[in-house]
Amino acid sequence: MISDFLERLFGSREPVSRDTAKQRLRFVLAHDRSDISPLILERLRKEILAVVSRYVELDLEKLEFSLESDQRMTALMANLPIRRVRTNPLEPDSPVEEAQALDLEDTDNDLDKVVEEASETADIPLD
Amino acid sequence: MAMNRIIVITSGKGGVGKTTCTANLGMALAKSGKRVVVIDADFGLRNLDLLLGLENRIVYTALDVLAGECRLDQALVKDKRQPNLALLPAAQNRSKESITPEQMKKLVRALTKAYNFVLIDSPAGIEMGFRNAISAAREAIIVTTPEISAVRDADRVIGLLEANDIKAMRLIINRLKPAMVEAEQMMSVKDVQDILAVPLLGVIPDDEQVVVSTNNGEPLILDKELSQAGTAVSNIARRLQGEKVPLMDLSVPKDSFFKKLRQLFN
Repeated sequence: MISDFLERLFGSREPVSRDTAKQRLRFVLAHDRSDISPLILERLRKEILAVVSRYVELDLEKLEFSLESDQRMTALMANLPIRRVRTNPLEPDSPVEEAQALDLEDTDNDLDKVVEEASETADIPLD
Repeated sequence: MAMNRIIVITSGKGGVGKTTCTANLGMALAKSGKRVVVIDADFGLRNLDLLLGLENRIVYTALDVLAGECRLDQALVKDKRQPNLALLPAAQNRSKESITPEQMKKLVRALTKAYNFVLIDSPAGIEMGFRNAISAAREAIIVTTPEISAVRDADRVIGLLEANDIKAMRLIINRLKPAMVEAEQMMSVKDVQDILAVPLLGVIPDDEQVVVSTNNGEPLILDKELSQAGTAVSNIARRLQGEKVPLMDLSVPKDSFFKKLRQLFN
């Protein structure tokens, strides 16, 4: 009751609705203004990522891709963190997504060793 | 000689105060000595006649003029309280498709011969009625409120006006609640202006007097002592004619802290 009173007197620390309105408007207007459908935007995103991924390995968890609007000018904002640069860029038609998970240079990737480890694990008694 | 001004008043969203602004702005301009005609472009849902209190004096409408059933001057309703102001009424029993952009241009062209200001009250939406309303305009006034949906629709309309080569656009922010802005629970004038990026023509505070004036069909501008909203519109009319008038101080009076304190205990 008292805390409720103090909150009303000094204002709560919750985000003010003014900022929420501004933020939501900015986002929705960037899309309205560009007139790009979500489907097309997704296709654009995939294509750009595919091209960039041929040259560098991207951190797919951290990348950002969005439309932003300022002073009635819409911009495509892409933030693509690079994990590492490919020494031999891939050919245009090579599948990018698979190449990302597998690496030929990886010396740990010894098939016999992997199988051996797997069978050892299988021998551990359950109790 | 100064060029005649042909201005469309539009908003996208309905209910933000377009027609109230048109009625009051028309009256304010007329009061300052300009010859003004206001055109109701909302065919089928006309209301400008009501807000001006001229609903009982309509004999012919714009459609009758276009059909050749009367002359243009016969359809114009001249305001007896303010002889510089006239209304060209829309037809109420017809749809927005009953007039074409070409016909609208023809009416406006004829009216510019006798009037300094032609104000066109656009219907809500962005369909045929809106297209008709903007077809003859050289300038636009966009009316919005500091609400998310109104601002979004205003933005859409600004884009359409640009696409139709109407570059001279100005913004009216209507129904601002200064106390809510101060509490950061409503977007401020600057917030809306930053987002829409259109020059500001004026800010009209939320004022109960507007309801009273529409009830009576007496535009705010006719009040002997102008209300806050009335003063705001009067300032807008002056700015529209090139005068530099500072924005009204809408900050909440300081003593209201004690009022708030009292409210907390009640």
